[in-house]
Amino acid sequence: MTALAALIRRDIKIALRVGGGALVGVLFFLTVTVLMPFALGPDLALLTRLGPAILWLGALLASLLTLDRLFTADHEDGSLDLIVMGRTPLELACAAKALAHWLAAGLPLIIATPALGLMLNLDTTATSAVALTLLVGTPALTFIGMIGAALAVTLHRGGLLLAVLVLPLSIPVLIFGVAASQAAISGPLAFGTPFSILCAISLVSFVIGPFAAAASLRHGLD
Amino acid sequence: MTLIDLANPTKFLSLTGRILPWLAAATAILLVIGFYQAAMAPDDYQQGATVKIMFIHVPNAWLSMFVWGVMSLAALGTLVWRHPLADVAAKAAAPIGAAFTFLALVTGSLWGRPMWGTYWQWDARLTSVLILFLMYLGLIALWRAVDDPSRAARAAAILTLVGALNLPIIKFSVDWWNTLHQPASVLRMGGPTLDRAFLIPLLVMAIGFSLLFVTLHLAAMRNEILRRRVRSLQIMQASQQAA
Repeated sequence: MTALAALIRRDIKIALRVGGGALVGVLFFLTVTVLMPFALGPDLALLTRLGPAILWLGALLASLLTLDRLFTADHEDGSLDLIVMGRTPLELACAAKALAHWLAAGLPLIIATPALGLMLNLDTTATSAVALTLLVGTPALTFIGMIGAALAVTLHRGGLLLAVLVLPLSIPVLIFGVAASQAAISGPLAFGTPFSILCAISLVSFVIGPFAAAASLRHGLD
Repeated sequence: MTLIDLANPTKFLSLTGRILPWLAAATAILLVIGFYQAAMAPDDYQQGATVKIMFIHVPNAWLSMFVWGVMSLAALGTLVWRHPLADVAAKAAAPIGAAFTFLALVTGSLWGRPMWGTYWQWDARLTSVLILFLMYLGLIALWRAVDDPSRAARAAAILTLVGALNLPIIKFSVDWWNTLHQPASVLRMGGPTLDRAFLIPLLVMAIGFSLLFVTLHLAAMRNEILRRRVRSLQIMQASQQAA
């Protein structure tokens, strides 16, 4: 347990310090959201209607952008080999790394959401609905994306390949995240239904993600 | 003759070399019969002659999913049993599966134009087949990203299995998304009560296309084995010249 806690602490520290690049994700999120009105026009009513979708897309792309870092830096300095050979089960170590990554790169996105919601003319209900769905949904994005990151690091390829592999798998999260936000704002549907399915998808990804990533690291590193 | 015997590529090559002509002939005969029957099938009272697209569309759609199943089995073979031919099978199947998925999309789109009045409709089935197509392309991109085949094989096997777990979830989500966005405006195709005049040609075509897949797959596996042999011979030659 202490090993896992140490791993989480170390990863967060590295991500937040110079060269870590976790906070670049928030900057990217901000920039993408600011770009949207330039493409759609400054019509506030339209932005209100599209707001949840814009925020979700921005968060999805931002969390994808930072995923590249999840294993690459550790692979470069050799600490990934130590983690793979260590006594801690690799699945748990992967889960800890993903958790640390989410705390450093995912949580700031959610903290930034209210400010961005304000710029997209979302009211308090809408903003809190989006923030809540992001809070539940972004861990799923990290844990699913971890599979792609593990594959990419064993293949020494990152960037576009990772995006191409991960994005189709994240479609369910996007669908239910936006559906739950819309349901809370206007939809005929109860908020609880899509929201519980979103929670279920997150829980499933907590199981699949670490096992697939660990399998990929075990088979791929040599 | 068990799967383990086939682990020897030379045995596999000689066996498939004997089987392939027969398979190809059976495929050709079945497809000719199927196309003839499909051409002779009566027009639908509602859809007219366009219903005949179904005889190509449905087998392709069915194979698009079946091929992913074959690749998942091959992925288990790679990861669990380390069967030497499993990764060859998985690699050979991916482009064929992508081609079948693409054909299913194209024929569906051509069928949709006269029936729905549009080439593309964000219908749940169309959308999930499109996502399946994207996943095939991602898998092929993964295969092509690495030059070491065994390394790529293990990565592709993991991605294939993750995809197999995720495809039902994606299908379910897209169904949900679609019913929210456009309730019951889309004409449902097929339906369980298919007349015998359509059912028999469709079955013949389905079996014919499945045999076509087996034939193409075995041929592609042979090509892949030969390609790897050529590559290792070239490497040997190059290292001899260097020495």
